[in-house]
Amino acid sequence: MKKVCKLEDLDCANCAAKMERAIAKIDGVDSVNISFMAQRLSIEADESRMEEIMREVVRVCRKVEPDCRVIL
Amino acid sequence: MLTRIVVALVLFAAIFISDKVVGLGKVFGGKAAWVFPFALYLVVYLLIGYDVLWRAVRNIAHGQVFDENFLMCLATLGAFALAIYWGATGREIEGFDEACAVLLFYQVGEFFQSYATGKSRKSISGLMDIRPDYANVKRGDSVERIDPSEAEIGDIIVVNPGEKVPLDGTVVKGASALDTKALTGESLPREVAAGDEIVSGSVNLTSQLEVRVNKAFYDSTVSKILELVENAAEQKSKAENFITKFAKYYTPVVVIVAVLLAVVPGLITSEWSTWVSRALSFLDVSYPCALVISIPLSFFAGIGAASRYGILVKGSNYLEKFNQANTFVFDKTGTLTKGNFAVSRISPEENAEEILRLAAIVERDSGHPIAKSVVARYGKEIEGGYTLTNVAGAGVVATRGEEIICCGNEKLMKQKGISYAEERGTGTVVYVARNGKFVGSLLISDEVKPEAKEVVGALNGMGCRTVMLTGDNEAIAESVAKEIGLTGYKASLLPQNKVEEVEKLLSEKRQKDVLCFVGDGINDAPVLMRSDVGIAMGGVGSDAAIEASDIVLMKDDLRGIPLAKRIAKKTMAIVFQNIVFSIAVKAVILLLSALGITNMWFAVFGDVGVAVLAILNAMRVNSRYEGKERAQKAGRREKAAA
Repeated sequence: MKKVCKLEDLDCANCAAKMERAIAKIDGVDSVNISFMAQRLSIEADESRMEEIMREVVRVCRKVEPDCRVIL
Repeated sequence: MLTRIVVALVLFAAIFISDKVVGLGKVFGGKAAWVFPFALYLVVYLLIGYDVLWRAVRNIAHGQVFDENFLMCLATLGAFALAIYWGATGREIEGFDEACAVLLFYQVGEFFQSYATGKSRKSISGLMDIRPDYANVKRGDSVERIDPSEAEIGDIIVVNPGEKVPLDGTVVKGASALDTKALTGESLPREVAAGDEIVSGSVNLTSQLEVRVNKAFYDSTVSKILELVENAAEQKSKAENFITKFAKYYTPVVVIVAVLLAVVPGLITSEWSTWVSRALSFLDVSYPCALVISIPLSFFAGIGAASRYGILVKGSNYLEKFNQANTFVFDKTGTLTKGNFAVSRISPEENAEEILRLAAIVERDSGHPIAKSVVARYGKEIEGGYTLTNVAGAGVVATRGEEIICCGNEKLMKQKGISYAEERGTGTVVYVARNGKFVGSLLISDEVKPEAKEVVGALNGMGCRTVMLTGDNEAIAESVAKEIGLTGYKASLLPQNKVEEVEKLLSEKRQKDVLCFVGDGINDAPVLMRSDVGIAMGGVGSDAAIEASDIVLMKDDLRGIPLAKRIAKKTMAIVFQNIVFSIAVKAVILLLSALGITNMWFAVFGDVGVAVLAILNAMRVNSRYEGKERAQKAGRREKAAA
């Protein structure tokens, strides 16, 4: 299943790349793409575990770049 | 943030100048001389850098070792420590100003970056300001204001002057002019009246319209376009991937080298402070964010610039590929030609009125585009009372009493034993005879778009191959190809042959060649998808075309192609400049720092300076493209005249 969400206060392009790499490592994530300019996160992941995965995404993002918030 | 920067800058300048002029070290004598300047600079440091310090602590707690805040703090606090060490050991008091300045400039750079990206984001989303906020739906006698997504197919909506058309539909009442600039880049308003189909996202200019909704909101043009633009940034270019990969290794490598630079020569020479100071300069340039930002910023600006001319590019990677495009394959009908047949020649001309009158009698009931073009050209009341007989594959014969009118191709003339004057022009020829005697002929052809020649010429001038695919016969294809100046053509193709033909061209090309297919998207979706870059013309209102292609020309105007190519070229040039320039400057700074030729001042100045220049350079992509070509041409003409 594909899910797209907005990212708020994403100020650093390299952080976006770091977040992308960190999210890709989450179990169950097929593909992930963060667009720094559009401030969008799009993620393709196992539908049955989507909620759990998204919680993990938020956690990982907070770890890499605490100023940036994922709007679910 | 801006006030903080300004206050800190002023304070810093005041302290710096008084230090240089009076010498703050003299306030306290002896070994404690460093305390006073240190205290003053520390105030500025904390004022400008408290958030960086806080983030550094927080991020290191999260295990982010190669974090820019942390590295910045390490560099500046290290410089402070070094300065205290120098001061305490009775050497000259210096280095506090450096530590402060590094953080100050770093913040200036950050501020500028976020300002520039914010501005760029806004300008692009402003361009895409086509999302309608509401729809006025007629319910009985009253009009209700609802969210466009709640409107249903068949609803009647009211669009007042000044409002955006919220959903695709057909005008049922009223006449007005629509501004479609945001959609197509076309600045001339479009006149619409009852019966006309209109697309969402255009703005009603003059008077109220009532519109019957044809498509639900998520299917409407506006939704499709917005989705496309929002998705565009997901398709990353090779340049972007390269730079993020570069960034991934760059920081750790620089930090490790910095550590080695401090430790190894330190151990050998015991000149610890010198080498630590050089290593700290390294940390100043260890963060690649500016470089990483400038690349997507350039592409974003390029896509934005294109969208202003009604050219939708579905991703940075297509802009990158399109710049390399060197083979353009065109569909003929509807792409290079208008796709509407028209009478282009009547011979002999002095009989024109009579030829048309007779032909119209015969062709009046046919639905064929050729027959329609004859009737349209005649444009007068057509005599009735004739009996029409179809002669398969040859033409039609009309009889009324003694009168017989024959109208068809040369087969019909031969069949009826009528001698005729052959018409050799390209197109479809209709011969007209009355009572066994030849009257004249009509030449009917598909009109070539007026801009086709100019566009193909421009592409040929850029060193591209231009090939036309058509279902028409050899003669027609050849003459059209000649007229427009195409470098090649393939005639007599069935629709399914077009895919084969493109496959063949694709297999022939070299690795770095890029093949573009240009079509109207109506029945060439498979070819659009198969080619390296698929370009659909006149995308407004055609979902299939928008979906299948990589670049959509919203306006049915071929001139968008060279324009898009110019934008792609400029974007890629700027991307290349930014990559080379930023990496080169960083490398030079690193080298000079290692050799001890420069100091932290220079390092941070260089780093922030490069970031600012790269971002300003990226913004250059979003300039005007239309006027420029004309100006260049005029310049060339003047030169030629001189």
